[in-house]
Amino acid sequence: MSAVQLRGFGWRHAGRKAWAVRGVDLRVEAGERVLLLGPSGAGKSTLLSALAGLLPEDSGEQEGTVEIDGLDPRKARERVGIVFQDPETQLVMARCGDDVAFGLENRGVPADEIWPRVDEALHRVGFPYHRDRPTAALSGGEQQRLALAGALALRPTLLLLDEPTANLDPAGAALVRRAVADAVDADTTLILVEHRVAEALPLVDRVVVLEPGGGVRADGPPAAVFAAHGDALAAEGVWVPGRIVAPRHATAPAGEPLITADRLGLPPRLAPTDLSVRAGEALAVLGPNGAGKSTLALLLGGLLRPGTGTASATAVLAGRDAGTSPHRWRAPALAARIGSVFQDPEHQFVTGTVFDELALGPRRTGRSEAAVRATVETLLERLRLAKLAGANPYTLSGGEARRLSVATALATAPRLLICDEPTFGQDRRTWRELVDLFAELRDAGHGVVTVTHDPDFVAALADRTVILERRA
Amino acid sequence: MIVIEPVAAPGAPLARRNPVAKLAAALVFSVALIATLDPVAPAIAIAIELGVLPLFGVRYRVLARRAWPLLAGAAGIVVTLVLFAADRSGRVLVEAGPVTVTSGVLLTALGLVLRMLAVALPGVIVFATTDPTDLADALIQNAKAPARFAIGALAAFRLVPLLGQEWQMISMARRARGVDAGRNPLARLRLFVSTAFALLVGAIRRGTRLAVAMDARGFDAGTPRTVARRQRFTTADGLLIAGAAALAGGALAASILLGTFRPLLG
Repeated sequence: MSAVQLRGFGWRHAGRKAWAVRGVDLRVEAGERVLLLGPSGAGKSTLLSALAGLLPEDSGEQEGTVEIDGLDPRKARERVGIVFQDPETQLVMARCGDDVAFGLENRGVPADEIWPRVDEALHRVGFPYHRDRPTAALSGGEQQRLALAGALALRPTLLLLDEPTANLDPAGAALVRRAVADAVDADTTLILVEHRVAEALPLVDRVVVLEPGGGVRADGPPAAVFAAHGDALAAEGVWVPGRIVAPRHATAPAGEPLITADRLGLPPRLAPTDLSVRAGEALAVLGPNGAGKSTLALLLGGLLRPGTGTASATAVLAGRDAGTSPHRWRAPALAARIGSVFQDPEHQFVTGTVFDELALGPRRTGRSEAAVRATVETLLERLRLAKLAGANPYTLSGGEARRLSVATALATAPRLLICDEPTFGQDRRTWRELVDLFAELRDAGHGVVTVTHDPDFVAALADRTVILERRA
Repeated sequence: MIVIEPVAAPGAPLARRNPVAKLAAALVFSVALIATLDPVAPAIAIAIELGVLPLFGVRYRVLARRAWPLLAGAAGIVVTLVLFAADRSGRVLVEAGPVTVTSGVLLTALGLVLRMLAVALPGVIVFATTDPTDLADALIQNAKAPARFAIGALAAFRLVPLLGQEWQMISMARRARGVDAGRNPLARLRLFVSTAFALLVGAIRRGTRLAVAMDARGFDAGTPRTVARRQRFTTADGLLIAGAAALAGGALAASILLGTFRPLLG
């Protein structure tokens, strides 16, 4: 069991003007289970890195103190285990058992104790496969379970979980939460950062809210914290349980079709699918992982060549190119008609500043510089990016990057917008802004297609849903 | 996608040998062949290599599939030399317009191709029959390679197949933004460079995250590591290396006895 003590703790990454986290006074007793909350940018991840001893002294500037059982965390590393957000970049080895053994080897655990401890850790997280299974063959939820086993095998007395379910679909996230609930025993102190508060609450007995400007805003049992600060937290983007966003469904019937898919597919990723998207409707594409939802989005967006069937644009969408498939269009024509928003915003960034990023599309489609400037300024304002106009897109936070990627797709005023998991890992504030923005576009006669796992988003926005089945 | 799984039957007698021993045997065998310029020694060596293939559990069809870039390269060398070699000695075999094929040219080309195949095949066989994890383990345990290097390379290697998907994603995302090159070669080059740059930025970020996750599990702890998977270097492994040396020596000896030996140096 480990206790954590922070006194006036602050950290500023080398080369940054702003403090990532500052003025935190906090004591966590041994065996407590804490949910760490705060609007994005409040420094939750930095705090966890400090506790894990992963902030080298020369990588920034520290204020105050942080101690685990009275020790500098850099000297208490054997007591701490941490699981990060991205499964892809925390698995080291090609086989599951080897990956759990990796940490035990590093700590110098005697060879004859390694495999019993690997098996025990895999058992604790409910891992269903033999330890020879290739890590590449696991789903995201299974990979995160394995990462948890890798951390638990080292028998940490303080376990840190940094949004372990943010990159997972609902089924995978449930799998990981169940593993945490089953595997973490009463002797382990737990500190969890998690966006989806309602789902995380059964795992914790205390909530700590960080203030973005520095310090701790609220601290106590979940019910008391949310009763006193619920409204303010919800307004700042924290997913306070039990607060439902008013739905925004279409007020007028959908208009003419924009694009029609006839047996559109790409074996083996997507089975032939019939679909039509109309002007003035928000269509949600649902289905389990592996059903080909993202592939469908890419095919409709003219980014992949269809393997079967056709995607055919109507005159409303494509003018004189009516009846052709979007994948045959030149890129500027495509961008002016169909906007695609990718799951990972960083894939889409091409230029060095937020302003140029927004100006790129309109410039490519041949608008005048004055028109480009007007479009960019409207979008900067609309998506709360005005202060970041000169920033490099790669330095934005998750929410900012998402807003920018949506804004870039809108810059060319396409009649059809296709988004892949736009609400993934977003805080409540960005989430609401996306709902409002898509609803406005829809009401202005655009077609909006979203591929999503997010049931709340579907309930708030979608006028129609299409469910893809998993391929056999 | 890049194939990183072994393609051989893992139980075959020589495939089971210690990866470091296999690597050393391949090196000994290849280096010996670099020493001569004649076509006879490499021809004997290729015969030996193909002869021991079943002992490594590799089927000939699988080898042909894996080694096709090598074969394509060999064909390229023959064509290039036959058309452009300055040395036009020997008997004229074919004369078709500007192309003159002489026995001297053909012999030089054949020698070069045989050497290339003979030197490259052992490496192909070793990597086809060796699991990357086993290789890293053996390098650390039997060749005293630093764990930080061997395990780090292994972990990075795991991320390589992702790069292909990433490239496709970035290219599609650029098209969606209205960026394409059309037929203009300069624009194509610019697009290629900028896509490669985005790929590099992503790869570095991913590599950094992986390194942090590895350190979080004590990779940088500095305590002596233990090993979960023991790799043993046995007498049989020593014999494999000795055997490779003997066979290479045999090939060279045959070439000397037949009077075809042409040392690389001197």
